[in-house]
Amino acid sequence: MIEAFDFSLIDWSRGQFALTAMYHWIFVPLTLGLGFIIAIMESIYVRTGDPAWKRITKFWMTIFGINFAIGVATGIILEFEFGTNWSNYSWFVGDIFGAPLAIEGIMAFFLETTFIAVMFFGWNKVSKGFHLLSTWLVAFGASLSALWILVANAWMQMPVGMKFNPETARNEMVNFWEVLFSPMAMSKFTHTISSSYLLGAIVVIGISAWFLLKKRHQVFAKRSIVVAAVFGLVTSAFTVLTGDFSAKVIAKNQPMKFAAFEGLYHGQRGAPLVAIGVVSSTPSDPDNENIKDFVFKIEIPNFLSYMAFSDFNAFIPGIKDLMEGNEEHGIMPAAEKISRGKLAIDALAEYKQAKIAGNMAKQAEAQQIIEENFKYFGYGYFGTNPDHLVPNVPLTFYSFHIMVALGFWFLLFFAIVLVLVYKDKIAHARFWLILAIVNIPLAYLASQSGWVTAEMGRQPWVIQDLMPTMTAVSHLDANAVITTFILFAVVFTTLLIAELKIMFKTIKNGPKSEGGN
Amino acid sequence: MKQNIFTQVFSFYYEGFRSMTVGRTLWLIILIKLFVMFVILKLFFFPNFLKTNFETDEQRSDYVIEQLTKPK
Repeated sequence: MIEAFDFSLIDWSRGQFALTAMYHWIFVPLTLGLGFIIAIMESIYVRTGDPAWKRITKFWMTIFGINFAIGVATGIILEFEFGTNWSNYSWFVGDIFGAPLAIEGIMAFFLETTFIAVMFFGWNKVSKGFHLLSTWLVAFGASLSALWILVANAWMQMPVGMKFNPETARNEMVNFWEVLFSPMAMSKFTHTISSSYLLGAIVVIGISAWFLLKKRHQVFAKRSIVVAAVFGLVTSAFTVLTGDFSAKVIAKNQPMKFAAFEGLYHGQRGAPLVAIGVVSSTPSDPDNENIKDFVFKIEIPNFLSYMAFSDFNAFIPGIKDLMEGNEEHGIMPAAEKISRGKLAIDALAEYKQAKIAGNMAKQAEAQQIIEENFKYFGYGYFGTNPDHLVPNVPLTFYSFHIMVALGFWFLLFFAIVLVLVYKDKIAHARFWLILAIVNIPLAYLASQSGWVTAEMGRQPWVIQDLMPTMTAVSHLDANAVITTFILFAVVFTTLLIAELKIMFKTIKNGPKSEGGN
Repeated sequence: MKQNIFTQVFSFYYEGFRSMTVGRTLWLIILIKLFVMFVILKLFFFPNFLKTNFETDEQRSDYVIEQLTKPK
């Protein structure tokens, strides 16, 4: 079945979506993180009445404004792509995707047209208290806005709260709260926003470090570093906790992705965590090109089991267990899932035929088969090619480890910066100041790696177990997708250059005594 | 003379926009970006596949079912 798909079209469609999402995600985390840092700075200003804090707040507000203005609406292109490139998917998800996205759109509109305007235009026009309230509402509103997008994404990773309607081939929401509060949605939301707050703190410290290295605006820079380092330390600790929560949810609901995180081919009790590893470039299994063992690795004994199930001796299924099955641990072989998926797909075709023929009994019979086997629906497309069920292990492994290693590094870095601030040595700690600047691209790398881990690790699924990526695409000419891919690359790169240029100029000018917006 | 609420809101935004510095460049970028996205990309490159090719929801669902179930 799989051979008939146009993989050029699929790959370009995926590439285009990834390009758009990754560019969009350059702007989002800084908006989320900086929003709260500005709110904290303004709170200190309102509490102390010290005009220096107002100056600090206004400078970072300008940086926030630049990032917000360049990034705003870049996510809408993803919605265009759903309708054009992913029409089968868009139809199949029905109203489940539409509801959270609509809420996000309405919230963002009201938030952005009112409170952001007060934040930028309201200095000296509204009371200090109302201005501060607006700044906090912008910070909370931006995170709430992210909630709805992440709920929609989490549903794709763990589809819950819906019922498939064979009449329309759409999934219909039956329990909104189950969709909103699924463990996947909660873990995805908390981990994504906390890591974004962390990124905001890294950017503030990095830019402030530049001022200290240049011996300009030193009081401004030191104060900014104090706020960002405290905020960063708290949020990076929270990122570690939410990361642990995410790992547990993934281990339970997406075991193949979890095995790919660690390149775990053979399941075991007391599974070790690979701290550092190099994956072989050649397949170690002649039957499956995706299975590539380690050339070198350093492991922490039993830690993977603990990470997944809070039990040092828990069994973690490997890729082979998930493919070939493991009776002892109740894991169904992929072949069995494929045959059940095929049953559901065939029953959907029969349901349609029975409806045309007006055969109600046959329709009811087909519907029952669909309901019994729907959880394996997507497996039916893999026919004789079950090895396509394995994601790209090296890419998932490396992106996961880059994200985790940098996450722990940032936690340590914030602690070191706070010690240097406490000892009043930060202004002269040249090595750490340079490192603070280097951390800015590293924070973006960690953030993007998080998305690569989440989205590549769940392949081949666009909706976990229900719809593989190859069936989600529209039947378009691959050349049309290539054209729009290039168009996006040009538009987004131009926007990014514009952002960097304006931002560098603003940073170079430094905080003003009474800056404009 | 006390202004009514609408005049106050209008003058709030009007004066806000007038006093912008970096904001003027940013608004220009936002407007160009929105034009490129909604007028060029959406109209010429991103028609909604199912809405463009089919007239009713029934036709759309028939098409998707055919896509999902046809022997490949």
